Amino acid sequence: MNLSKKQTRNEDRVVLCAEGVWKSYDDGAIAVLKGVNFEASEGQTIALCGPSGCGKSTLLHLFGGLDTLDRGRVSVNGVEVNRHRNLLRLLRHEVGFVFQLHNLIPDLTLEENCLIPTMASGMDRRSAQARLHQLAESTGLSHRLGQRIQKLSGGERQRTALCRALMNRPKILLADEPTGSLDEQTSGAVFALLLEIVAKEGVTLVMATHDRSLAARCDRLLEMHDGRIDES
Amino acid sequence: MIFLKLIVTNLRRHRIRSFISIAGIAFSVAAMLTVVTVLQGAIGMFSGILSSDSEIIVFERNVSDLFFSNVPAAALEEISRWPMVAHADPVLFGIVSSSDHPIITCFGVTADDARIRKAAWIAGDKLTFAQHSDDVVLGERAAEFLGTKLGDRVPIGHGIFHVIGILKTANGFEDGGVFMPLSSAQTFFHKEGNSSVITIKLRNKDDAELFKHTVKTRFSTLIGLEDAEFTRSYSQFKILKATAWAVGGCGLLLGGFGVANTMIMSVFTRIREIAILRVCGFSNIQIAAMIFGESAVITLLGAMLGLLIGTSLLYALKLVPALHGYVDVTLQPAVSLTVILMALITGLAGALYPAAYAMRVRAVEALRFE
Repeated sequence: MNLSKKQTRNEDRVVLCAEGVWKSYDDGAIAVLKGVNFEASEGQTIALCGPSGCGKSTLLHLFGGLDTLDRGRVSVNGVEVNRHRNLLRLLRHEVGFVFQLHNLIPDLTLEENCLIPTMASGMDRRSAQARLHQLAESTGLSHRLGQRIQKLSGGERQRTALCRALMNRPKILLADEPTGSLDEQTSGAVFALLLEIVAKEGVTLVMATHDRSLAARCDRLLEMHDGRIDES
Repeated sequence: MIFLKLIVTNLRRHRIRSFISIAGIAFSVAAMLTVVTVLQGAIGMFSGILSSDSEIIVFERNVSDLFFSNVPAAALEEISRWPMVAHADPVLFGIVSSSDHPIITCFGVTADDARIRKAAWIAGDKLTFAQHSDDVVLGERAAEFLGTKLGDRVPIGHGIFHVIGILKTANGFEDGGVFMPLSSAQTFFHKEGNSSVITIKLRNKDDAELFKHTVKTRFSTLIGLEDAEFTRSYSQFKILKATAWAVGGCGLLLGGFGVANTMIMSVFTRIREIAILRVCGFSNIQIAAMIFGESAVITLLGAMLGLLIGTSLLYALKLVPALHGYVDVTLQPAVSLTVILMALITGLAGALYPAAYAMRVRAVEALRFE
């Protein structure tokens, strides 16, 4: 059943593509990515596994346009992301980020944190509120909207980060160890929610994780070694 | 709304730092407002002396100070005969001193002068003015600080004068001044036959241009200016105004440095937050607007507090007996607006570098900070 679903999705159009991506630091002294090729189709869930420092986070940052690559090409929906003029559109409409640390603004409420991307994208207030309530309901946070971030539990914070990432209806969700700071039980619950929502929203998920049990629940599991990707 | 909260949140987060910045701007604005208002008040009062019941002032062309101006009696006689002139009053300005008071303004005027005719005499009779060469009339405050009363003989400068009247006037210079008959003043100041200025009252105000033109053609060494023109162009006033604005501007500049320092600290301490906003799709302009907004809030709060402090300070100065009549505390809207605008510009200028720094923050690097 899962296989047929994956195969069906694989026939869909490619939304994220990396070709021969190289990235190094310290003027080339530390090569992190060495000619990475990658493709993700619409609605797929993909786990990137590998030891610390193998380049998982770097690859996610390049996918989201947060970092610049040395060589190669990354494109989202056929549009190259390494060109500055595409960057804002990419961050506002095409990709959403979830980090290991929730990266929420502590002095704002859950609602205000979630509305930040809509402010950046210029979404009108009514649509933004409707979208917020839809996502808050899906993530079970409807009753916590007015709470400040300090008063939320770790799981709630990560669910808030998920809501924020999806506010502008991105096509791709880039998650960097999204459950890495949570205990096992909360981690499982948050990840189940993550999969449920991306499936419901039709979002492509690319997730960096050390947790192989979580990775196994994705459509594809990619191993990263020494700056390259192997598909298992 | 959230944008505003993002701005205010950071100010609330660092309350003491924000307060110090606001206080810096407030005291700068208060200083500027006080200095400018006091000087403008002084200028206004001096203009008031000149424009008392007149529209035009005639004085010596190209003099740096009216105390050095010499208008010959022949010019006064001729001007008085011009049909457009209702009356022409010569005034001789001089500075005298007495024990304990190094500077007392002295006005040599005729008995017909509006300053004498229209003033409220609290002692003496205005009809007795200029009957004797050693007669003087004192302003109320001058009488007070000279410790003299009607009928006393009072040493002023190198002479002894007889006080024949004390008058009350709202103008600080006049209130602290000494009025002498013109001829006595001319002798006292060694300016026989001359006055410092002639103040002119026209029969018809519309003749002002004609009058000025006639003065220009008839007397090559004299110039006639309408009161407003004189206030604008008199070099002493210009120097005073420029000094006031420069002193105030320096104060404001210091306040601006305070804002700049606060904003730099603000950006440094919220780099991670700026990175999050970037990841959420904030543009450079939106990031910069947030920093400028924060600076604008500090500056506006500081300016309002400064207005309050400045106004209180001016009222406090007005209550000081020694300054009675010298400080005009009327807060001019144009001055207040200019000061607020200058404060705002200074605050925004102080946020330029922090905003530029914030715009250069790279999300990927900032998010690596733990």
